[in-house]
Amino acid sequence: MGGVTPTHLKLSLIDWLLYLQQIALFDQKKRIYSENKLVFSPWYFLLPAIIFFLVYVIIPIFQSVWISFYEWDGLGEAQWVGLANYIELFDDEYFYTSLKNNCIWLILYLFAVPIGLFIALFLNQIVFGIRFYKSLFFFPFVISQVVVGLIFAWFYNPNFGLLAYIFLSLGLEPIAILSDEELVTYGIIFAGLWPQIAYCMILYLTGLSNVSKDLMEAARLDGAKGIKMLWHVVLPQLRPATFISVVVTVIGALRSFDMVAIMTEGGPYGSSNVLAYYMYETALSEYGFRLGYGSAIATVLFFIMLIYISYFLWRLYKNEREV
Amino acid sequence: MEFLLIAFMIGGEMYTKIKLILISLLSVILISSASFARDLVITFDDMNPGPKAAFENAIAKFQKENPDINVIANNGDREEHKAAIRNFLIADAPDVTSWYPGNRMRPFVKAGLFEDVSDVWDENNFHEDLAAIKPTMTIGGRQWGVPYSYYQWGVYYRKDIFDKLGLFEPNTWVQFKYICETLKKNGIAPITIGTRYLWTAAGVFDYINLRTNGYKVHNDLTAGKIKYTDPRIRKTFEYWAELVNAGYFIENHASMAWQDAVVPFANGEAAMYVMGNFSVDAYKNAGLTYDQIDFFKFPEITKDMPRAEEAPADAFFIPTNAKNKRDAKKWLAFVARPDVQSEWNKTIGQLPINSKAKVADDKFITEGFETLNTAVGLAQFYDRDAIPEMAAAGMEGFQEFMMKPDRLDKILKRLDKIQSKVYK
Repeated sequence: MGGVTPTHLKLSLIDWLLYLQQIALFDQKKRIYSENKLVFSPWYFLLPAIIFFLVYVIIPIFQSVWISFYEWDGLGEAQWVGLANYIELFDDEYFYTSLKNNCIWLILYLFAVPIGLFIALFLNQIVFGIRFYKSLFFFPFVISQVVVGLIFAWFYNPNFGLLAYIFLSLGLEPIAILSDEELVTYGIIFAGLWPQIAYCMILYLTGLSNVSKDLMEAARLDGAKGIKMLWHVVLPQLRPATFISVVVTVIGALRSFDMVAIMTEGGPYGSSNVLAYYMYETALSEYGFRLGYGSAIATVLFFIMLIYISYFLWRLYKNEREV
Repeated sequence: MEFLLIAFMIGGEMYTKIKLILISLLSVILISSASFARDLVITFDDMNPGPKAAFENAIAKFQKENPDINVIANNGDREEHKAAIRNFLIADAPDVTSWYPGNRMRPFVKAGLFEDVSDVWDENNFHEDLAAIKPTMTIGGRQWGVPYSYYQWGVYYRKDIFDKLGLFEPNTWVQFKYICETLKKNGIAPITIGTRYLWTAAGVFDYINLRTNGYKVHNDLTAGKIKYTDPRIRKTFEYWAELVNAGYFIENHASMAWQDAVVPFANGEAAMYVMGNFSVDAYKNAGLTYDQIDFFKFPEITKDMPRAEEAPADAFFIPTNAKNKRDAKKWLAFVARPDVQSEWNKTIGQLPINSKAKVADDKFITEGFETLNTAVGLAQFYDRDAIPEMAAAGMEGFQEFMMKPDRLDKILKRLDKIQSKVYK
């Protein structure tokens, strides 16, 4: 466009003036841009991510909150029901069962963090074949959650499972863990912990490789060793790894879905349900397309996560300012 | 034609013009022949060997009879089909799709996604020939699909075990309980069942309910007209509790799918199975011979209660968004024809619905045919007769009852609460 004078064109005066004005405007724009390059350029890089994040995450959140005020089967007319879905939710025992199970998940799943740390410390030594041992511990994280769920479902099976044989060899009657309303959630969490521990272990192993040798040396000279060394010297340096493993584990616990779907489908009679699976069950499974009700569950789950994650981000922010 | 092709292949600048003419000629031929053979897209949902073969045979036969129709048959996994149907009915509808009658078709009928096919019924005298299943294909006085097969439910038992213990097929509840007691005393689990996927428990509930209260109560309950705390339904659970409390059902049933529950049946640890006729295949695959297994109708509970049976049907439907409805209707008329139904059901080991069709020469099929033809009413099964949200909660309740029978009150009240919410 601007800058090149079109010599082969005969211009009327007005055209000529317009043309000049255009050049002036362009130069002005160019100046605004070049003077503020540092302000603009990050947005160019962010833009694709922002667009996708908006379309696939942010907008759907508002949409699903919006749908939760409707009664809708996904086919016919959506019918405005106001808060009826939420009122129903707070009078729904399956919802409370799921919420309770989510809390159990949240608490027990966090054991993945200290156990992961322990294994990482154990594996953080130099002996022959350590890479092989590491990869063994690493393995459950690599295989799919679905596979983990299936393996554990077989393991627990009271008729042909390994656990049943262990019980029988001890002279005990095998327990059907996955069809016992009291034990089933613990059984699933135990299976879920297996890959989660591996995940935390990896995070800690990378963290350990960054622990400063000088500090350790200095501490050793000052007479620190064992637990004391771990607590006062190593752990503070592992803080970022701890933070990430806790966040990842908490989010993993709150959105636990695949394990439940594969191992029990929420059964027996809904006693191992969690919010994420209950939402799927009411909104998208074979027996029911109550999209409004499902969205209401999703909204509740969203706010629980939001509160938890905001609290963590706030702590992170505070910590960083202190440092 | 050869000359044209040779000219086409020689090419060269001289022939450019001829080539152009040729291409346009060829395309005209192609287009006209395409419009000659009309496409008919049929979607089916059973990949098991028997049903797959039956479907393919029927397609071949239909294609032979209608050379002017170009049949495009798609066969997929049943669960995937269930998940996909909501999308493809709206976005990319085939001309014919398999689906289930009763309440399973209701949402699509209501949303205007299934075509009214009452005219196919009128023209082919289906009202009479398919009378057995007509009520369940009807909503608002119109028919919405055409069934091709159904099967009986009942009690499958180990004849060799019965013979060894001197037991006979029971006709009454008292006899049935006596058999259970005898089996249990001999260290055999009387009834095997796998309730992990819930619906098997609904089969037992349906039968005890049908025998206790009859066909009308079953329909009223699943239509939401009777409460679960109704004394009649409580009575059903009382009978059921007699079996549960006496420990007549196999242990650990909640960790087993229905196929897993065949294992104890096959190796003689259990002697009876309340199931649909599709299970016979599984018994045979588990190594049982025809002499070892037999079938009896679920025994009478309330004296002289007219006998109704469970007989779920499978059917074909035309989506409203189908492109070729004329030929789709031809297919619907075709699958209900006596000869087609005889052949199809012979292959899959089920019962034809058309009363003029021939039944396969198989003891379970002939007995099933007799069972269903002498019944006063045919239920589709709890999870097809009740609306889905109710069915899901109901079946969980049944499973819970089988494990914790003392919670009956709580369960029934919960089901009432859900019933009042989901039926409007």
